[in-house]
Amino acid sequence: MRNWFSDSISARAAVIVVLSLAATSVLGQAPAYRAPRTADGKPDVNGIWQALNSANWDVQGHAAAIGPAPLLGAVFAKPPGLGVVEGEEIPYLPAAAAKKKENQANWVMRDPEVKCYLPGVPRATYLPYPFQIVQSQKVITIAYEYAGAVRVINMEAPTKAPAESWMGWSNGHWEGDTLVVDVTSQNENTWFDRAGNFHSDALHVVERYTPRSAETLNYEAIIEDPKVFSRPWKIGMPLYRRVEKNARLLEFRCVEFAEEVLYGHLRKKPGN
Amino acid sequence: MSHRVIASTAALAAVVVVLLLAQAPVVGQAPSPTAKAPTAGKVWTPPRTPGGEPDLQGIWGNGTLTPFERPKGLGTKEFYTDQEFAELARRVRQGDVGEEGNLGAAAGQTLRYDLSLYGFDLTKARFASNKRTSLIVGPDGVVPPMLPEAIKRNADRAAKNKGHEFDGYENRPLQERCILMGQERLPMIPPVNDNNLLQITQAPGSVAMLHETNHHTRVIPTDGRPHISQNIRQWQGDSVGRWEGNTLVVDTTNFTALTANFRGSSEKLHLVERFTRVSDDTIIYQFTVEDPTTWAKPWTAEIPMTKSEGPIYEWACHEGNTMISTILRGARVAEEDAAHKTAK
Repeated sequence: MRNWFSDSISARAAVIVVLSLAATSVLGQAPAYRAPRTADGKPDVNGIWQALNSANWDVQGHAAAIGPAPLLGAVFAKPPGLGVVEGEEIPYLPAAAAKKKENQANWVMRDPEVKCYLPGVPRATYLPYPFQIVQSQKVITIAYEYAGAVRVINMEAPTKAPAESWMGWSNGHWEGDTLVVDVTSQNENTWFDRAGNFHSDALHVVERYTPRSAETLNYEAIIEDPKVFSRPWKIGMPLYRRVEKNARLLEFRCVEFAEEVLYGHLRKKPGN
Repeated sequence: MSHRVIASTAALAAVVVVLLLAQAPVVGQAPSPTAKAPTAGKVWTPPRTPGGEPDLQGIWGNGTLTPFERPKGLGTKEFYTDQEFAELARRVRQGDVGEEGNLGAAAGQTLRYDLSLYGFDLTKARFASNKRTSLIVGPDGVVPPMLPEAIKRNADRAAKNKGHEFDGYENRPLQERCILMGQERLPMIPPVNDNNLLQITQAPGSVAMLHETNHHTRVIPTDGRPHISQNIRQWQGDSVGRWEGNTLVVDTTNFTALTANFRGSSEKLHLVERFTRVSDDTIIYQFTVEDPTTWAKPWTAEIPMTKSEGPIYEWACHEGNTMISTILRGARVAEEDAAHKTAK
């Protein structure tokens, strides 16, 4: 039992290594770019960044479609997207594939984004809102505009999560120009997108942030969850710097926009 | 979770009141001649970041037993003497009988909570290390009286909600709704000993301040960029910072008219905060607020923040909020019951 377990872990580790190597060749097409350094000599990934794709609608490739509010016409239609999953397919186990379909059919009822819940990783990265990396030596703080979500990445010796959480537990280190972040202990309540793609509490994400030009980063995340997927899989996308002169994160405290969905049915009825 | 957190906040608020009431006589009993302002006159060079800025980084707690406003019996006395302060600390450590008795009664009867579950330990509570008699500085030691227009503004807001408190979620307090909770609000006013952590991360051009409470995070630009347009109003305003010597000065405007912001102030609230590291384990947090629609003059408070061990746990209030739906459902059931009785 014990052997099988450790074998399976090292097998998965091996797959991750292979995927990582493959990733370098796919997304590292830009000629080797050397990022500017911080005062302590690390690649500088400070700044306000944002994804520019429709992965939050569906991490897989998708055609444009009618939106959830048909009366609003083109305004809230679903935009098309090429997809960010390497190899296109998400390797769901059979039961999980069925649940994904069910999630998709009940999207508005089930998507934690509709309720303004914390987004988890990696979804936080490609929500259609900017996020800011504040890079220090012992920690790197990432603040997200959406729901005021935040993570503090430990850059010292890796530590174990004290508890499960929505945003998980992040240990980071540098590999050359790449910031590698290992994320564990996320709860099972977050999703990957508005298409019902989901995970369990066994989710393990390894993120890689690599500067590819002064204004762009390559972002990759290897996603592993033996309760839901038959093997690790990977997403990748560029992130763009918000270069506006006065750029900053604004408040998107979306609780107040989700309360009607959550509590509107409990409002006092007229005449009572 | 949020239910417990909110309940615990309310419980602790009550405890604070009890402690402060208990404290006044204790304070009066400890006269001593050698008063000293501990933050003045000491030269200490703070550590620097690799980028050369004063290093304020780490996790800091601002919990304190020192009252916001000065107890009446102390008049214009701003500082305790070393001897007075030592005596206060000794009594707290030993769990002064009077205080403990009050706390016990509060915990057992009024509050119905086992406060130890919330990490409340009187022997770990402390008076502010700056030895101030109140967090508000100056001879008055109290909040200036509110201007008549501000009294009216706040009364009108309360009157508008009166009788509708249970109509819908929008009638409930922001804290219950997990939109804006006590210890995440600006300026930062300390509780006694929980929900009081702040994690500071610095990078060239920006400082991130993560509040334990409700994971509120301010990323403050320090590269000279101006405030956002005055047309953009936010719950927590808009903060810009700059370094003045060893002090981080943070200027916040753009507050909203949707809530009373800080102590009944309007959207005209202007907040200036100063963070100065005065020793390895202490940052002095000083703030000045002005709002010509609320107070006749600006006023200032000073609160020491003490280095604390991490980590800060995630505070997911909204995600676990069952309070709003429970309260509203209860109100609807009560209305239906009343309607049935009337029908009979």
